Amino acid sequence: MNDPAPASPKTPCGGNCSCSGGSTNASPPPGDDGSTRRAVLKGLGATLGVAAYAKALAPLTELTKETSMDEFLQKHYKELSKDEIATVITRLTQEAKEQYGADVTISDPKPQEGVKFGYALNLSICNGCRKCAEACHLENNHDRPSHQSYIRVFEMTKGSMDFEKGNVHYDHPVPQPDKYYMPVQCQQCEHPPCVDVCPVEATWKEKDGIVVVDYNWCIGCRYCEAACPYHARRFNWQKPQIPAPEINPDQSYLSNRIRPQGVMEKCTFCLHRTRNGRLPACLEACPTGARVFGDLNDPASEVRYVLENKRVFVLKEELGLKPQFFYFFDE
Amino acid sequence: MSRLLKQHPSLAWIALVGFATLCSLAVVWAQKNLGAAESAPVMKSRPKAEKHLVAIKPGPPTPRLDTGLKDAQGRAITAACSTCHSTTTPNTMRNTAHDLFQAHRGLSYAHGNLTCLSCHNAKDYDALHLADGRSVAFPDVMTLCAQCHGTAMRDYLHGSHGGMNGHWDLSKGPRVRNNCVNCHDPHHPEFPLVRPVLPPRDRISVPNVPAEH
Repeated sequence: MNDPAPASPKTPCGGNCSCSGGSTNASPPPGDDGSTRRAVLKGLGATLGVAAYAKALAPLTELTKETSMDEFLQKHYKELSKDEIATVITRLTQEAKEQYGADVTISDPKPQEGVKFGYALNLSICNGCRKCAEACHLENNHDRPSHQSYIRVFEMTKGSMDFEKGNVHYDHPVPQPDKYYMPVQCQQCEHPPCVDVCPVEATWKEKDGIVVVDYNWCIGCRYCEAACPYHARRFNWQKPQIPAPEINPDQSYLSNRIRPQGVMEKCTFCLHRTRNGRLPACLEACPTGARVFGDLNDPASEVRYVLENKRVFVLKEELGLKPQFFYFFDE
Repeated sequence: MSRLLKQHPSLAWIALVGFATLCSLAVVWAQKNLGAAESAPVMKSRPKAEKHLVAIKPGPPTPRLDTGLKDAQGRAITAACSTCHSTTTPNTMRNTAHDLFQAHRGLSYAHGNLTCLSCHNAKDYDALHLADGRSVAFPDVMTLCAQCHGTAMRDYLHGSHGGMNGHWDLSKGPRVRNNCVNCHDPHHPEFPLVRPVLPPRDRISVPNVPAEH
């Protein structure tokens, strides 16, 4: 930058001074040499500025690639009319085809009148095989590399309820004689704190007791994840990676359709199955029969038998959230 | 009393009419209130539609011994248990598997202090028997299990024991339930150790204890 002034007789200064360069060569107009340097710097600055601006806006171009205008303008799930939800589902089906190469069917089952779902789990029987977590992983189209699942199974020391000492990463033959195994998933609370904290009302409790998320309304702030005392909510850090043949084509808008990146997701008691009368995937996968599912409003249901005849407790009862997921013992 | 009635016979008629009125009132009250008491415990629930079936998977077919030979069509030649056992003397005291031989070699046995013939029928080796001696076919083995495992059977019948598939809502579809011996090996009913699947890899819960193996 510090050019030696005498190297060229034209460059030393602006000419408005009494230096020799300026006085000997009076012919160039004053300021001409200086403006060249300024123009170079200006050009350089402008180029860098444009480049920085383009770099700053680059994510936006990616966004528009992934996010269509229809999706951007889509209304909240509860405000969608029947025609609008059909349009949305058609778009989502096309996106699944374009982005994942899978032919999927997305439905929108509504809560059954008079049904309130309840789930009970027998801790005397559960052997910690994690088949439920695997079934959830496959059923709900979770990201494959991260082993995402709505169920975490804690290996707990017998006689202890200290989850900080529980281990979810155990990888040895189970069950160990001094341990018991406690699967934890969404407890579908009667007073869900995750719903209270959502700033955009993207999550709510349905009539049949299931807490759902409108993945297209969620802004990904993760407040609900922080509010849930059961760590039942998961965040899609990345766009889920699932090979096309592994995608479960039986999907619904509020449950297991492939979620976009940057939104929250959670267990929905497999509402695409249970609202059609079927059992949840985790129950069907359980090789020990530790899981009991049913309608809490039906006095003859299996889950009501458990509540009325077994030693039952709910997790973190002192929080007063009234979970609809119950744990019980045989003896 | 009788003197009063003789003096005023109409009093009897008044008493009779009064008694009849009370009775009819009582009947009306009972119909109304007892009827309400019957319907009170029934909570608001869905109207019951047509029910689908809950099927229990059948127990194992009657076992046959594979002789290792093939017939002309290439089918395995099997023999009924009674083929050999009709010529042997039943040993009612045998309660271990370690010295079993021939077809029973290698059997793993750990089912309390039961002897072989606690369940297998010495009079008909192609069947089982209950504690009172009645014969039970192999597919109906649950009747046999339930003799000792009453609490498990009770829970099973109420749907809180045993794996199942299908529908929780029987008005929408059927359900298939496991048989006792689908999960419990009758010779070794305790669940075997299994290797857990799908260890979590999420960012938050990092392993907080060293691997224990």
